[in-house]
Amino acid sequence: MSKIHVSTVINDDPVEYLCEPQQSLLDVLRDELNLTGSKEGCGSGDCGACTVIVDGRIVCSCLMLGAEAEGRKITTVEGIATGDKLHPVQQKFLEHAALQCGFCTPGFIVAAKALLDENPNPSEEEARYWLAGNLCRCTGYDKIVRAVLDAAEVMRAEAAE
Amino acid sequence: MSGLSFIAPKTVEEAVRALAAGDGLTKCLAGGTDLLVQLRSGRARPEVIVDMKRIPGLIGISEREDRFIIGAATPGAMISECGPLCRAWPGITEAVDLIGSQQIQGRASLGGNLCNASPAADSVPAVIAARATCVVVGPEGRREVPVEAIVTGPGQTSLRKGELILEFHVPKPRPHQADAYLRFIPRTEMDIAVVGCAVNVTLGDKGVCRDARVVLGAVAPTAVIVTEAAEALVGHWLDEETLGRLDAAARRASKPITDKRGTIEYRIKVAGVLARRAAAIAFKRAGEC
Ligand SMILES: Cc1cc2nc3c(=O)[nH]c(=O)nc-3n(C[C@H](O)[C@H](O)[C@H](O)COP(=O)(O)OP(=O)(O)OC[C@H]3O[C@@H](n4cnc5c(N)ncnc54)[C@H](O)[C@@H]3O)c2cc1C
Ligand code: FES
Ligand code: FES
Repeated sequence: MSKIHVSTVINDDPVEYLCEPQQSLLDVLRDELNLTGSKEGCGSGDCGACTVIVDGRIVCSCLMLGAEAEGRKITTVEGIATGDKLHPVQQKFLEHAALQCGFCTPGFIVAAKALLDENPNPSEEEARYWLAGNLCRCTGYDKIVRAVLDAAEVMRAEAAE
Repeated sequence: MSGLSFIAPKTVEEAVRALAAGDGLTKCLAGGTDLLVQLRSGRARPEVIVDMKRIPGLIGISEREDRFIIGAATPGAMISECGPLCRAWPGITEAVDLIGSQQIQGRASLGGNLCNASPAADSVPAVIAARATCVVVGPEGRREVPVEAIVTGPGQTSLRKGELILEFHVPKPRPHQADAYLRFIPRTEMDIAVVGCAVNVTLGDKGVCRDARVVLGAVAPTAVIVTEAAEALVGHWLDEETLGRLDAAARRASKPITDKRGTIEYRIKVAGVLARRAAAIAFKRAGEC
């Protein structure tokens, strides 16, 4: 079976790749493009470790085909920081120690960034519902939620400057 | 899985041709939140996958005087952002919003929820309760069918080879018509319905019910329109006696199975309770609009 040629934009860079029809976007990112930040926790849409932003919406990259990315705009965890400067969500994850093994972290960072882009001032309940598709076996979630709400505050302050 | 091919046509005609071609299984792809799980597990082994999302009209919501038209592949997140639809049919939009996480909402569609044909599909009872139709296109042309005519059993639909659903037509509510959908799950997020219940009512003079549709999910092989439950409502206020008859009718219509989420007895009982609660919400909303 011939491979499919895809032109897309990932983290603001134009990217071209060849993929198999059944290959998920997650497999393309990890195996073809060496963007191994997105993780595979389940492969069935349950854990969110593979979360990426496609045309402004978060999706599970394990449930999207690589071939579907043609002409889309994709952001992965590798595209969240600006050069050497961490995104406030990343910075606050460090400060709050909102991770232990870190496997879930890329998915949480991407999902939380998308939340704060859409809703700069989420309530704790809103943040928890938004992040319900991201599972963490280690932290008990509380530090993650604190980090996200704290990052929101920082971003609001930055925006007000 | 060798021999699979993928196309993303830009017209309905091309999509229909690709879906109708060959002897093997051909599959539409909307959000992929069911199909990709099945591809990976080997439960679905299509030869051709036809991504419909580049066909004009498959994604998006438009309004005509008497109806909303929802593209069959419109993701849940976009449905929740449509203010007029949320105000007209909060039951439908809340049902859609219950599907999976925010990540799933970025992709999951009405067409996929319906055609995957799970008895527990959350959007289906509410869409049926609103008497919505879907526009089906295929090699023999175009037909408009009631949503309840699509699913024939778990994983089974009445769609013929080469057919796909283009869009859903949802009539706009009449004065004092409103809906509600409730599902029961063992936790608060990310689970499959033990029971789902949609109630859609139109009230007349002094709050007496003029017209009603009650639809249950997850208690039978397909969503069920409970005619007897609607009859319990029509001509009445929502008093304790009416609620009792509604509850009994919902329980009688439930023919569930026992699984890890609940026993037969439990599901039957919950069906009655949800019918009562959904009716109370729908009546309240209908009284206010
Ligand atoms: C983690 C997770 C949680 C979930 N939670 C819920 C939940 O709470 N409630 C719920 O109801 N569901 C849930 N689902 C199931 C799924 O997300 C929904 O059924 C969703 O609506 C499917 O839509 P889709 O666009 O992703 O469908 P797809 O996967 O693209 O398609 C599903 C099926 O329908 C067919 N199809 C799709 N569109 C059309 C069309 N227009 N015409 C003809 N055939 C078509 C496809 O060929 C395929 O067989 C969940 C899934 C996951 C992975
Ligand atoms: S790997 Fe995609 S949701 Fe778990
Ligand atoms: S830190 Fe280990 S899974 Fe979240």
